[in-house]
Amino acid sequence: MDSVPSPEPATALVAPPRSEPRAEAGPESGPGTVRYLPSTGQTLMKLVVTGPFGVGKTTLIRTLSEIPTLHTEEVMTSSSVGHDDLRGLPEKSTTTVAVDFGRLTVPGDLVLYLFGTPGQERFFPLWQDIARGALGALVMADTRRLADSFPVMDMVEEQGLPYAVAVNRFPGAPAYADDVLRRHLDLAPETPLVQCDARNRRDSIGTLIALAEYVLTRLPQDAP
Amino acid sequence: MTPGRPGTSGAAAAPEPGTPGGRGRRLVPAYLATGGRERPRGTADFDRLTVLLSTDQQPPETDFGPEHRRLWTLLRPGALTVVECAAHLGLPVSATVFLAADLVGGGHLLARSPVPKAEAIDRTLIERLLVGLRALP
Repeated sequence: MDSVPSPEPATALVAPPRSEPRAEAGPESGPGTVRYLPSTGQTLMKLVVTGPFGVGKTTLIRTLSEIPTLHTEEVMTSSSVGHDDLRGLPEKSTTTVAVDFGRLTVPGDLVLYLFGTPGQERFFPLWQDIARGALGALVMADTRRLADSFPVMDMVEEQGLPYAVAVNRFPGAPAYADDVLRRHLDLAPETPLVQCDARNRRDSIGTLIALAEYVLTRLPQDAP
Repeated sequence: MTPGRPGTSGAAAAPEPGTPGGRGRRLVPAYLATGGRERPRGTADFDRLTVLLSTDQQPPETDFGPEHRRLWTLLRPGALTVVECAAHLGLPVSATVFLAADLVGGGHLLARSPVPKAEAIDRTLIERLLVGLRALP
């Protein structure tokens, strides 16, 4: 199997240098580095954090996660054909892509898992698989290249997942008022838009709250 | 500008420093870790967030390979989700599900769904989540 570069490298512009390498608990890690679930009676939920390459998905997950961010190498089968660069291996039909995730325990016996999913359309089958059963999606955007988030929003809409847009305010990137951003992103009036610094915990929690509030508005008033 | 964006640069196979692609690759393909079987039984019930926990019954070496026993050992001290097990073992989620299904079938692991009482995502749950998120330090 081949390995394509992570869709969200550690060199994402917003990420300050870290003294420790990412994915500390790799295959070689012993049980000593494993952060177990505190109890088995919790309700586990997931959100997907998506957006174009380098927009700060992993940064946001790292900011929120109580464990060092982990990643899995997810196997892509059919739709990866044509993207591989392994000459001389014509029968190769799988490739792997790294998916970062983190965990956030929320008061009330809830645990939120945040999956950083690649926004590229060629990863759509993987995206769908990860997004199945998710509460919703955070679509991240960068004011210097807002249009890069369009195909991601299309993917999320196709999946039927409620989403909020989190504009990551990169240092030095032009700042715009919310209504300007909404117009440029062509957002539906009800779609939440939050401006944040993905390195900031309060900002990042704010994006989750905006998304959860929106998910609530989309659920039927009278629970069965 | 998006220099180096995967799929557009034509150099998608080049590992970048600090990414998983730049680290050492496991030498045994994941499909071998599952014994080469394609369709173990009972995997449909597993999700990335299925919670796994070892029982006291150690998987015997006569019946289970090293990858099975690594998973059981990983889970001895406490519970983890399937996706966390996959990350710690360096295996794809699909391979981890195969291993877990085998071990659950043999009584070596316990598995439970992400939502204990199989409740749907309803307003009560999201309201609880909102209260919890607002209470986060």
